[in-house]
Amino acid sequence: MTTLDPVLPIALSDEHVMLRDAVRDFARREIVPSAAQFDESGDVPLDTIRKMGEMGLMGIETPEEYGGAGMDTIAYVLAMIEIAKADASHSTVMSVNNSLVNYVLYKFGTEAQRQKYLVAVASGEKVGAYSLTEPMSGSDAATMRSRAVLNGAGTHYTINGRKSWVTSGPVAEVIVLFTMTEPAEGHRGISAFLIDTDRPGFARGKKEPKLGIRASATSELVFDNYECPVENLIGEPGMGFKIAMTALDAGRIGIASQAIGIAEAAYEASLDYARQREAFGQKIGQFQLIQQKIADMKTRLEASRLLTFNAALAKMRHPRYTTEASMAKLFASEAAMFITHQAIQIHGGMGYSKELPLERYFRDAKITEIYEGTSEIQRLVIARNELGLR
Amino acid sequence: MHIAVITKSVPDTEAVVSVDAGGKLLAGDKLVVNPWDEYAITEAILLKEAHKAKVTILAVGPEQHNEALKHGLAIGCDQAIRVWDGALEGHDSLVYAKAVAAAIQKLGDVTLVMFGRELPDIASDAHIFQTARKLGWNLLGSVSKIEALDFAAKTIRVRRLVEQGTEVLSSRLPAVISVLKGINEPKYPTFIGIRKASKTEIPVWGLSALGLDAAAAQGQAAVTGYRELPKREGAVEIIEGASAQDKAAKLVEKLFAEKVL
Ligand SMILES: Cc1cc2nc3c(=O)[nH]c(=O)nc-3n(C[C@H](O)[C@H](O)[C@H](O)COP(=O)(O)OP(=O)(O)OC[C@H]3O[C@@H](n4cnc5c(N)ncnc54)[C@H](O)[C@@H]3O)c2cc1C
Repeated sequence: MTTLDPVLPIALSDEHVMLRDAVRDFARREIVPSAAQFDESGDVPLDTIRKMGEMGLMGIETPEEYGGAGMDTIAYVLAMIEIAKADASHSTVMSVNNSLVNYVLYKFGTEAQRQKYLVAVASGEKVGAYSLTEPMSGSDAATMRSRAVLNGAGTHYTINGRKSWVTSGPVAEVIVLFTMTEPAEGHRGISAFLIDTDRPGFARGKKEPKLGIRASATSELVFDNYECPVENLIGEPGMGFKIAMTALDAGRIGIASQAIGIAEAAYEASLDYARQREAFGQKIGQFQLIQQKIADMKTRLEASRLLTFNAALAKMRHPRYTTEASMAKLFASEAAMFITHQAIQIHGGMGYSKELPLERYFRDAKITEIYEGTSEIQRLVIARNELGLR
Repeated sequence: MHIAVITKSVPDTEAVVSVDAGGKLLAGDKLVVNPWDEYAITEAILLKEAHKAKVTILAVGPEQHNEALKHGLAIGCDQAIRVWDGALEGHDSLVYAKAVAAAIQKLGDVTLVMFGRELPDIASDAHIFQTARKLGWNLLGSVSKIEALDFAAKTIRVRRLVEQGTEVLSSRLPAVISVLKGINEPKYPTFIGIRKASKTEIPVWGLSALGLDAAAAQGQAAVTGYRELPKREGAVEIIEGASAQDKAAKLVEKLFAEKVL
């Protein structure tokens, strides 16, 4: 058993409150008005993504000297919730930049790598991507087929292979790539590299049409004799799997926050609707069957928040917080599915209509149960840690 | 090269305004930065960036106004000052202008004072004129663009929106200007700005610090009470008729009779 501190009540600082209010205001004015339109077209909202970068949303926990805002994980959670509440797609881009790309570069990058790549992503100048999944390997990442081979002179790795499901793949300029350098070593043979997208041998595949988070572009990446200089190796050869998993621990707190944001939007809309909509001569909120939904939604939302803030505090205080992050991600994503589902039900036909954002919340919520480790994988991680299995 | 931008917190335009039985105005407890001031604050920051000026953001009001001042700091203002004194409670616009002018004079080296176009809660811009008058500086109201600013030569040229069109005016500095919506795209606070702002203690200048006496805080106008708007009597009338043309003709007739057309 690895329970860390008991859940503590979280007193937000003035800084946290100001940040939350500023992000809420920004999201309400800049993101909400066009969220449905970007969902429909599937275009990447680069303009608002740039503005998010200017505010500091793309490098919340990155220290100031590397272009970030130098804030803590609580700030990250608060900001993610507010952005996701306005539009999940924007929060997907934000979460990859913050918890996958920046975190890897800050924790494992050399000073030169930090200066060249971290500053660009954390300041919002460039969009980042994290590429682990391949067409034939997702949950079982260690069976990847792509390869990197060091040349005789020891100056370059030649990378070949196909990666899939890369968030921001079509637009990213800084890519953290995981690929196999020692296939015989299994997961200990994976290494991490920084990819410059303007070098020959790199190509982006077609954009994936999706159920939800449609304004977050996802694509394949193709490496065909791509020459990667050794300076772009992150950490040591063979450290890739550890780097990937460390980043996912941080990332899962971000996805939990994203799930909370989507759920909160659906929940608040449902409360309003239950208070206004009338049937059989009364407000639908007067019906006990609707009240039951509200009670269950609220309870799961609150539990998600507590688990997620707990994981954020664990990350701030402890070197390992894998179980806390997995529990938060597992619970919050399933709660978001439940809450958005109930929200459509409370809205009846209007919930099914594209005139209201409820159906979008429902479609967007589903991804939180899949990426950065499916719910099955989270259960596996939690149980293995609890049982002391490897 | 010191710019002062004046802000006032106002009830959110989305807040439901009502009056209680005792004639007290209820406008929700949350105040927001006057939306017009957001343009003034952003314009001050743009001028700061272009001219290496210093920007002070100033508000007259109780502690609730700190939030707007911190918002200004988070966007990039260099310092914030809150003017308040119990004696200023219920002040009229002239008292407000006296307090602002005194604070500007206390700052000493301000050459440009900027306001948002008006106060939306009371739909008035009198305080802007009064401040300029108290300072004895030129007023350039309803500015849609600052065309040139030369702190060394102490001149400013602006484009103003007037009823007949636009007017380009030059003035010497110091001056007071009020800006219109559309002069810029309001900036959002940055997280680094928020971190700095949340740690800043905002000084409060009372009447004595401003060199004003109690008489100066004596207004000439006072609000004596608020009353709820009379309830609107909305009546719906469905016009009957044999055909659409017939109904339309009856509608036009009625509209003429009501002098709507
Ligand atoms: C929109 C989107 C964006 C993405 N962005 C990225 C990205 O930026 N970078 C990146 O690297 N990847 C990304 N992914 C990939 C994502 O992380 C994987 O899809 C996910 O990890 C699942 O892998 P898979 O799709 O191969 O499913 P599989 O691993 O094939 O799983 C299929 C099913 O089997 C279950 N399963 C698998 N193993 C077990 C087990 N041991 N026990 C029980 N059940 C099991 C799974 O839970 C799932 O239900 C993205 C995916 C999507 C859809």
